[in-house]
Amino acid sequence: MTRYFARKIGLYILAFWAGVTIDWAIPRLMPGNPIEAYLARFSLNSQGSWTALYKLFSKAFGYNLPLWDQYWHYWDNLFHGNLGISIYAFPEKVTTMVAQAAPYTLALLVPAIVLSYVLGNRIGAIAARRKILDNTVLPLGYLFQAMPYAWLALAAAFYLAQLERWFPVQGGSAVGIASGFTWAYIWGLVSHWFLPFLTVFLVSFGGWSIGMRNLVIYELETDYARYLRALGARSRLVRRYAYRNAVLPQLSGLALALGTVIGGNIVTEVVFQYPGLGHLIYIAATDQDYSLLQGIFIFIIAGVLVANFLIDIVYIVIDPRTRLSMQGAVA
Amino acid sequence: MSLSVRNLRIAYRTLRGDVQAVDDVTFSVADGEIMGLAGESGCGKSTLGNSLIYLEGRMRHLGGTVELDGKVLPISDDRAMNRHRMRDVSIIPQYAMSALNPTKKIGVLARDLLKSRGTKLAKVLPEFRRRVALVGLPDSVLEMYPFELSGGMRQRATMVISTLLNPSLLIADEVTSALDVSNQRAVGELLTEFRDRGYVKSMIVITHDLSILAQIADTIMVMYAGKLAEKADAGTIIDRPLHPYTQALLSSLPEVGVRYEEEELTGIPGRPPSLLDPPAGCRFRDRCPFAFDKCAEEPPFVELLPGHQVACWKAAQDVAGSAEREHEEAAR
Repeated sequence: MTRYFARKIGLYILAFWAGVTIDWAIPRLMPGNPIEAYLARFSLNSQGSWTALYKLFSKAFGYNLPLWDQYWHYWDNLFHGNLGISIYAFPEKVTTMVAQAAPYTLALLVPAIVLSYVLGNRIGAIAARRKILDNTVLPLGYLFQAMPYAWLALAAAFYLAQLERWFPVQGGSAVGIASGFTWAYIWGLVSHWFLPFLTVFLVSFGGWSIGMRNLVIYELETDYARYLRALGARSRLVRRYAYRNAVLPQLSGLALALGTVIGGNIVTEVVFQYPGLGHLIYIAATDQDYSLLQGIFIFIIAGVLVANFLIDIVYIVIDPRTRLSMQGAVA
Repeated sequence: MSLSVRNLRIAYRTLRGDVQAVDDVTFSVADGEIMGLAGESGCGKSTLGNSLIYLEGRMRHLGGTVELDGKVLPISDDRAMNRHRMRDVSIIPQYAMSALNPTKKIGVLARDLLKSRGTKLAKVLPEFRRRVALVGLPDSVLEMYPFELSGGMRQRATMVISTLLNPSLLIADEVTSALDVSNQRAVGELLTEFRDRGYVKSMIVITHDLSILAQIADTIMVMYAGKLAEKADAGTIIDRPLHPYTQALLSSLPEVGVRYEEEELTGIPGRPPSLLDPPAGCRFRDRCPFAFDKCAEEPPFVELLPGHQVACWKAAQDVAGSAEREHEEAAR
């Protein structure tokens, strides 16, 4: 048990190191130079002042150091909880920006994914046995899943927000209302949240329910299900067993989906101008904001790893076969 | 009379039409009898066995009745049949090694199954443990998951679970087929042990392996292409088979039926006919070395000698001929 966890944690640390290193390297491999992009905003006339400012900012952001030193400083800062300063929103700290955006993303995607997972699994399992559901809900699921997500989101934003004006068009909260624990403010949050939530929910619901339907049909045809039926077990028992075994592969999918939550859903947040992490990634990428991009990616890396670790543990609890391999025995 | 099957017909629905896997089959199994049901793959023996307990989605009951202990089994009514399953008739399926849910402990599986059949595990637990020991499994097996056991152990666990409610009839479908020879013998002995101890009243042992039947069966019934070919005491079938198919089946076996070392093992040339559109007359005709004109007509399954039923014109002729000769000799 301890050996298993020691090995697992070792692997996760290795993955974290690799992730962070790639995260550090990628912006530096991108074409262009963030300082140049930043200075371009000042529309400087003289070459002299440009060079002086360039040197100043390079030093301030540490880009004048050799790469090896930059890498070293990067880790050093990371362990001190310092993700650097944003270039785009200079002199805002990256950690502050991430901390402001993260609640929006989490509040949007965690309910959407968890709810679609739970409902999709239920409905899919029922559709495996009920022709009516199989012929109504499932085709809808296929439709939503096959639709290009950006298109669905744009259509929803255009018809339901722009034309019908049922929902606000963009942003995360109502403009002109002071943030606080007031009904008006909370209502603003909810009404801005609803459309992005709905689109993400619909798309992932389709995926989960289709997957679950197929898995349950497969499980109901397995030998153990046939044996139970041959011995006259109630169909409720057979279904319970089939559901439980069919959920196992779905869980791995949930781990991946939850991991991406942290990074936000870029398309959703860009389409609805929702101020979460996905939106922030979009800004950081277009403005070549190394530090901001790195900071968000570290968040994603940590999120994926933590979600995977949690699902690993859940797996051990619900699938006895993993427990066996944990003891090092091979069946 | 424990089990009595009359004119049973079972078909498989396929896209190309119905496949008559069990065609007009009539037989009975007495209390305490172990009947071997033999034949090559696809002859309908498993279908016959399965149809007595559970008709799968593609299987259709076209006609005939099944009576167990004087009660009619509603084999085509899945719901009504539930009452009889496991209590009156039970099965060790062909896939016994994978019949247990991999994510449930064996004790938990038995508890859930029994609960579903209206019995508490606690009521049968001492007996359960006794039988687990009888089949040579450790007591801890109840706390184990199926994947912690070997294939043979899983099969024996399935054997115990299937017979927990002391069914009147047990169908053992190819229980020895996936085992090595020493295990085959052990499982065969366990089956007779189960019968001797009264865990099951009577048994149908389905196999393609006549040598295991020679060891454990009281009677043997041979099927060919969905029809009954021959039925008699095990000894009679193995020593004095009348149907050419049974003879051919025996001569293709290394152990049983071969009397002389010089005699070579022979296979049966040809393949069984398609059951989608079976040929008229005797279905073994094309492969039979003794086939003659009469075989274009379907031979009836009749008792040619006391306790020995055969569906073959040639055998009928031979039996009649030898009876006549005996008669003549006696007259002389």
